[in-house]
Formats: sequence, structure tokens, C-alpha cells
Amino acid sequence: MSIIQIKGLHKIYNPKKVPVHALNGIDLEITEGEFTAIVGPSGSGKSTLLNMIGGLDSPTEGTVIINGVDVSTLSPKKLIDFRLKNIGFVFQDYSLLPVLTARENVEFIMQLQGRKKEEFKKRAEELLREVGLGDRMDNRPSNLSGGQQQRVAVARALASKPKFILADEPTANLDSVSTSDLLEMMQVLNKEENMTFIFSTHDQRVIDKARRVVSIVDGKVAEDIQVEQEMAQ
Amino acid sequence: MKTIFILAWRNIWRNKRRTIITLSSIFFAVLLALFMRSMQLGSYGNMIKNSVESYSGYIQIHELGYWENKSINKLLEHSQSIQDSIENLPSVNYVIPRLETFALAATETLSKGVAVIGTDPEREDHMTKLSEKLVAGEFFEADKEGILISEGLGNYLRLGVNDTLILLGQGYHGTNAVGKYPIAGIIKLVNPQMNNNTVYMPLKTCQYYNGSPNKLTSMALVLDSYDAVKKTTARLKEDFGERYEIMDWEELQPELVQLIQSDNAGGVIMLGILYMVIAFGIFGTIMMMTMERLREFGVLISIGMQKLRLAGLVFIETLLIGILGLLVSFMAGVPLLLYMYEHPIPLTGSAAKGIEEMGFEPIIPFSLDISIFYTQGLAILVIVMLCLTYPYLRLWWLKPVESKK
Ligand SMILES: Nc1ncnc2c1ncn2[C@@H]1O[C@H](COP(=O)(O)OP(=O)(O)OP(=O)(O)O)[C@@H](O)[C@H]1O
Ligand SMILES: [Mg+2]
Repeated sequence: MSIIQIKGLHKIYNPKKVPVHALNGIDLEITEGEFTAIVGPSGSGKSTLLNMIGGLDSPTEGTVIINGVDVSTLSPKKLIDFRLKNIGFVFQDYSLLPVLTARENVEFIMQLQGRKKEEFKKRAEELLREVGLGDRMDNRPSNLSGGQQQRVAVARALASKPKFILADEPTANLDSVSTSDLLEMMQVLNKEENMTFIFSTHDQRVIDKARRVVSIVDGKVAEDIQVEQEMAQ
Repeated sequence: MKTIFILAWRNIWRNKRRTIITLSSIFFAVLLALFMRSMQLGSYGNMIKNSVESYSGYIQIHELGYWENKSINKLLEHSQSIQDSIENLPSVNYVIPRLETFALAATETLSKGVAVIGTDPEREDHMTKLSEKLVAGEFFEADKEGILISEGLGNYLRLGVNDTLILLGQGYHGTNAVGKYPIAGIIKLVNPQMNNNTVYMPLKTCQYYNGSPNKLTSMALVLDSYDAVKKTTARLKEDFGERYEIMDWEELQPELVQLIQSDNAGGVIMLGILYMVIAFGIFGTIMMMTMERLREFGVLISIGMQKLRLAGLVFIETLLIGILGLLVSFMAGVPLLLYMYEHPIPLTGSAAKGIEEMGFEPIIPFSLDISIFYTQGLAILVIVMLCLTYPYLRLWWLKPVESKK
């Protein structure tokens, strides 16, 4: 089932002064359960594309339909709620709240969703165990390694029960061991919970784990390869 | 929701040093403001007390229309029952019945215009401590003829104790007022003008001299404290307003009111400047707290936190800083003012002498008026709320993508 449909997407930054054509007509469809890498040289438009998919920025032209909803039709307030309910975000620099513990960070997003206490307490613990942080739940981010923080971030993204998780260069700040740990964990979540992941990356080892690789060059889709599952393993 | 408070509390302690500096600046400003205001209001209270108790009383009762040109023909009947019922009002200590008029004081060769005050010696002394100003002779008494004259008048007319003073003037309803009175004592009044032209007579003697037995120009009221003035005036107006002219000290001494108002304006301006300085400090903190967290705000909006909720978080953080600052200030300020209230600052030197001569304690008293506290509290809270404009404007324009840079 298709959860993201992108049609004729253009993005021009600074259209009045010095126009930057970041996206030049992208058509893309993402179906449930994908594990997709968006790759391409620096400045090719990966982040721009992910921002559009995440409803964080609006396109100059074209449409982004998520779960059947054209996001450009949503008011700013509705759009925030839409993100809260449908999209999980993982950022390059983890972006956890530094004053909250791992557990509280994961609970926080569920509190924003207005879930019941018993529910979010239980789910936060489950998720943190699932990402391998069962024994570090009450540490603040400053007491966790980069890899561990990014796992908390993934747990937070999962906690909101989104339709898919968007991650813009989630491993850019991680060493190779943490990188492969995180990827493995994401793969497990993808397989076992059928969670859709869309991530951008520069890292060949990360690209190798993807089941679908979309290459962007100069704001256009240059290549879109479905990798055989066996090969990806 | 509870988490928001926890989050706010932890956020304000993210930069401990900065928060402590901000709280300290609020602390010192509020403490200084409390001290200044308490001293100012305390000294006004004292000024009013001194000025009111040195002559006019807190409230005066006259015949209707007396005050406007102080006509000797507009006199009120001295009714013991009315005096008693006034003295029985709560907060009223006692009433001083007076008959005041003007006369020409003369000897065989010299003469001078004087103010004649007929009064009850005992009651007068109770309020104005007149007997302490006696420099020669004896104090006057209700049932004797002897009068008091001020020192300057005695010097001018070259009269001393036991000499006789002749008074001439116009009495009640155009009668001739003439009398010869033995001088019982000489008093030294602080006000130089009054020291040159004042004569105190026993009330009965003065009434007889004026041709108006049992009549008064005024009844001066002495109250427990000036806080009771408004209430008592209202009560008196209710009871006697139709028959008598009832005036409180503010109407009796408009110059004093003006003096206090202008001094108070100075104090308020000082406070304004103080708070401006503090406001910039607080604003700086709030601004830094906002700027260094714009990214974090962007992330929160990205993952799905409504701006309104975020604004609520910032509101609580800012309010917490204000409340915390006030809390520590009041924790120190309340005991400080309580102490100062019990131990007012003693005056020394010539200022002290002047005040002592007037018969008052040479101190700067402190006020514990509750308004001192809530004005400072309000000032800080208003400043803190104004400082919110910065984060709110930033939040309003914040786009989630900014979180990615
Ligand atoms: N906010 C912006 N304003 C103006 N130009 C921008 C903005 N964001 C991105 N660009 C430009 O748009 C183009 C695409 O940028 P984008 O960040 O999407 O590339 P990217 O593929 O994510 O690069 P990288 O691999 O370095 O992260 C670049 O030329 C970039 O300079
Ligand atoms: Mg990028």
C-alpha cells in the first residue's frame, strides 16, 4: 500500500533574490514497509526532499500526499498535529531534550499525543528495551553515547506509532560500530514491525543495507533501484 | 500537565550561573525597592503624624462654611453630648475644642497682630506637647485667667511672665472684644512665624473675651493612626455631615499633601529607573534562553508540539524565574522590614535637633504597608511578562526546518 506519493515536486529557495533550484521535478512513491535510502552528492537536494516528505517545508510546485492527505492543504496547526500522528523523525544530531532522561524523552512525545499514563509508561520501557537501552533508561542524553542517543531518538520516533520514520543522515555523527548497530536495529524494526524507514545518507555501508536506493542528482531522481532482499542481508 | 512544569523547572536550571545571576539581580532590586518604599512611606506617615499632631489634628469639625474665610461669626455650639459621641467612635482618641481668632496685642507703647487660640489646656497638651515648649513661667490652666504667649511675641512687646497683655479686636457678631490677661508662661514654637504672634488662652477665657460663650471655631480630632482617617471621616460625614463641616488633614493641609506627592513622585521615578535596569537584565536572560534553544524549539515543532504549548512552556519558565526571584527577595525583605519597623533609623545632628524641638522622636520610621510588597511583586511580574514578547515573536516566526541548521 502506498503511503507517500510525490508528484512533480519543485523547490526553489530564495525565488526572489538568488533562486536556488533545490528540487527539479521529483516523482516518487513509497509503499508501506519499505527500507529506503535517499542518496546523492552533497547539495543534490536530499534534505530538501525529506523536509517536503516530513511536512516541514512546503514545495514551490507539485504535491506531497501522505496517507491520502495532500499536506499542502493543512493549516499550520493541523500540519503539526499531522506530523505528531503520522511521522516519526530522527535527526542527524539526535535532538533529544537534554533535561529529560531517555525514558522521559520517549514518554514526552506520547504525552503530546495525549496518551494515558499507564500506556506511555509501559510503551516507553518496551521501546527502550527494544533498542537495547533497557539498562540506561534513566540517563540523560549527556550521559549517553552518540549511538545510544540516536537509539533513544529512534525509540521516540517509534513511540508515536507513526506511518513511517524519516531520518536525515541519522548516522552522520556516529562511528562505524554504532552505525552498523543502529542500522541493524532499524532493519529489525522494519522486519518485525513492518515499520517504514526513509533515510538519507552518504555512507556506502549504510546504502548497502537499504532495500531500495533512490539517487538524487541536481534535484532529480537519477536512479531508483530495488535491491534484492538477499543481497541486502 | 505536570511534565511541562518539570520541563520548565529543569530548563531554567540548564544554565545555573545565569539563572542565579538573574535571580540575584531581582533579589537586590526588590530588596532595595522594599527598603526604599518602606522608608519613604514610613517617613510620610511620620511627617503626617508630626504635622497633624503639632496642630491641626487628623480631622476638624467646623460650623458649615467656616473654613472658606474663617469668619468669627460662623461658630459652632460646644455641645458636650456631641463631643462625647465623637470621642466614643472607634479610632478617635479625643477631641480638642478650640476657639481661634485674631487680635491686636498691645502694651502701653507697642502693638502687634496676633493669633489667639482658645483651647482646653490639658487636651491641647496631650496632642501637641505644648507644655514641653514652655521656656518660662507655668503652663496655663482651664479655670484660670493666665495665658501663654510665644517667645518672639514676648520679646517684641518686651513682656515677661506675670506681665499683663491687652488684647483688642472684633468679637462675635461685631461686638468689641477687649481684655487684660496675666501672662502665665512663655512658649517657644518651632515655626518662626507662629513663634512671633501666638497667644494661647484657656477656652472659657477666650470665649468670654470673644463675646461668644460656649462657642467654638473647631473641634480637632486626634486618632489612633492616620490609617483610620478615611473611615472616620466617612463615619462623621454620615452622622454630622448635614450640620457641620468635616475636613480631614488632607483638606486642612493641602501643602503637606503636595509635598508628599512630589517627594513620592521622585521615589517612584527612582524605582522606575531601578526596574528598567533590572528589566534589561531579565530580558537579556530570556533572550539568551530563547536564542540558544531556537533549534530545540524547531525540533519540538517538527516532532509535533504545538506552538501554543511551547509558548506555555516558555511562559511557565519565565514566570518561575520571576516568582523565584520574588520569593527569595521577600524571604529576606519581610524580616528586614520587620526589623526596621521595630528599630527605626535614628537621626543625628541638626536634623535630629530640629525634630526633637518640635517634640517628636528624631527617627526615620519604616512602614509595613502591604502595598509596598505587592507593588514590587507586580512590578517584577509585569517586567517578566513584557520580556516574553521576545520568545513569543521568535516562536511565532519559527519554521520547523530551521531546526536542521
Ligand atoms: N534554506 C535554504 N535556503 C537556500 N538554499 C538552500 C536552503 N536549504 C538548502 N539550500 C540549497 O538547496 C540545495 C539542496 O540542499 P540540500 O540541503 O537539500 O542538499 P543535500 O543533498 O541534503 O546536501 P547534504 O548532503 O550536504 O546534506 C543546495 O544547493 C543548498 O545550498
Ligand atoms: Mg542534507
